[in-house]
Amino acid sequence: MTKEHGTGYGIYVIVWIALLVLTGATVAVSYANLGLMNVAVALLIASVKASLVALFFMHLKFENKLVWTFALVPIFFLLLVVGGTLSDTLFR
Amino acid sequence: MKDTTADGVALTVSGDAHPRGYLEEKGFWSWVYTLDHKRIGLLYLYTTLFFFLLGGIFALLIRIKLLYPGQQIFSDHMYNVLFTLHGSVMIFLFIIPAIPSGLGNFFIPLLIGARDVAFPRINLASYWVFVAGILVILASLVRPMDTGWTFYTPYSAKTAADVTLLSFGIFLVGMSSILTGLNFLVTIHKLRAPGMTWHRFPLFIWGMYATSIIQVVATPVVGITFLLLAMERLFGVGFFDPAKGGDPVLFQHFFWFYSHPVVYVMILPAMGIISEVIPVFSRKPIFGYRAIAYSSLAIAFIGFLVWGHHMFVSGMSKTANIIFSFLTFFVAVPTAIKVFNWIATMYKGSITFESPMLYALTFIFLFTFGGLTGMFLGALATNVHAHDTYFVVAHFHYTMMGGTMMGLLAGLHYWWPKMTGRMLSEKLARAGWLLTFIGFNVTFLTQFFLGYGGMPRRWAEYPAQFQPLNIVSTAGSWILAAGILIMFVNFIRGLYTGEPAPASPWKGLTLEWQVPSPPPTENFEEIPHITNWPYGYTKRKTDGYE
Ligand SMILES: [Cu+2]
Repeated sequence: MTKEHGTGYGIYVIVWIALLVLTGATVAVSYANLGLMNVAVALLIASVKASLVALFFMHLKFENKLVWTFALVPIFFLLLVVGGTLSDTLFR
Repeated sequence: MKDTTADGVALTVSGDAHPRGYLEEKGFWSWVYTLDHKRIGLLYLYTTLFFFLLGGIFALLIRIKLLYPGQQIFSDHMYNVLFTLHGSVMIFLFIIPAIPSGLGNFFIPLLIGARDVAFPRINLASYWVFVAGILVILASLVRPMDTGWTFYTPYSAKTAADVTLLSFGIFLVGMSSILTGLNFLVTIHKLRAPGMTWHRFPLFIWGMYATSIIQVVATPVVGITFLLLAMERLFGVGFFDPAKGGDPVLFQHFFWFYSHPVVYVMILPAMGIISEVIPVFSRKPIFGYRAIAYSSLAIAFIGFLVWGHHMFVSGMSKTANIIFSFLTFFVAVPTAIKVFNWIATMYKGSITFESPMLYALTFIFLFTFGGLTGMFLGALATNVHAHDTYFVVAHFHYTMMGGTMMGLLAGLHYWWPKMTGRMLSEKLARAGWLLTFIGFNVTFLTQFFLGYGGMPRRWAEYPAQFQPLNIVSTAGSWILAAGILIMFVNFIRGLYTGEPAPASPWKGLTLEWQVPSPPPTENFEEIPHITNWPYGYTKRKTDGYE
């Protein structure tokens, strides 16, 4: 928190533009019908955006191992709830 | 104060300027605005114990109704409301918050040598969010819930009862639970006294750490689920309605992804208490410290892999049924590790049977019973036979009331002198224990037989052949109620006229016993330096324990 990351504001602008571009991509893709892949592509873009926000805006990139652990563990549990539910819906 | 032996205790207590410690300050506002983790812990304890009594009254009414097989005493709808209220109040307002937010708040900082939790203001906020949740839940009584505490769709999406309001109340209660868990995680990582390494933690801390992880990771899922349900009820969005492309089983997946792990939010802190009480009253170092510590984490982790065992007859895929049934058996491993280590701790110890120990032993006995019957329910084939019968009700009450509740009572009797500065009457405590133990078994052991014989749960009316055992069970609930009444008389008596408690009435070695009873507001005059684990107990004759 108190330590200087030495990145300046430039990186924030770049990340912001990247987020805007990705939002545009989401909108553009929604016009194409990719079948089941619709959801996959939308989720992929959203995940990249969330990662950018976490890494730069929320400074995760500059944090120590403990903070990284606490950031990553819930993602594992998210995969668990999705995976467990799919073990039902994909095999009915 | 660097001395961590029992002999150092007397020195600290004498010359104490505030004999009432953190309780010195009086008045309404001193409690409303308090940032002291001990006072917030007490607020939680009083609130949750109140709802325990309320939920108990609902339970007694349910048992009275079940004296007769037909539609006597209450209408069928009233019966549905009663068991929904019993389940919701007991689970969300009592058994989930009681040990973590009550005893956890009070003892985590004391046990790791800290002056408070990491975020005292968030701690106070969590209590008032909890109260806000309670008020919303009470408001839902205008059109009381009749869905059961599980809120299953499609019924919960359609009933005229106030599902949205009740689930919003539980949403708030869940938020309070997340705040508490987060606070404890940071406290345990960041506020430990110098020398308090992870392997010098009292085992209660390990249990609370595992609990906090579940609270933080699982609770948001049920919160989101309730939001989805509200959107379906209010705006007609079809998350769970098949006619709109939804899936009613999806609700069960989300609900149990929270509600299975949350039974470990209930049981892990209780197991932590048992791990503290057993060595103290056996005068022996805890056996298998690391095994008990790591098995808490293992239980928390495996607890996330097994939620589907509630859904074997819900139309879930065969593949998922097999996977979830298989994984469920793994929960038994870390649980058994704990039980064996507690028994090994007692082996050849100098055991005394004061009330905390009586409750701890009751925990081991009843919880083992509950856990083993869980194997019947985890196995796919027997589950189909026993599903939605009283067998499940009995199993759940053996693990939760026989387990968590007995753990809480062990903790309350063990730590009461520390929290209030007054001793309980041991005579009343034993009388309360005896009646509770007998009443509990008469009430719920019968229900295993009822369930195995095929009596369905949640039915307001049942085949007449089940009446005799139901009468036995109801009679048991009255013995149980008498035991709990005596226990509460003892608590209230102890508050006002109990003998002043010494700093360490049980000669415990963990840090909370090194400070006066009740502890001063800042907990420790000087933060202790920890040089050893807290379980270096020796046999009675060598340490002068009578
Ligand atoms: Cu379960």
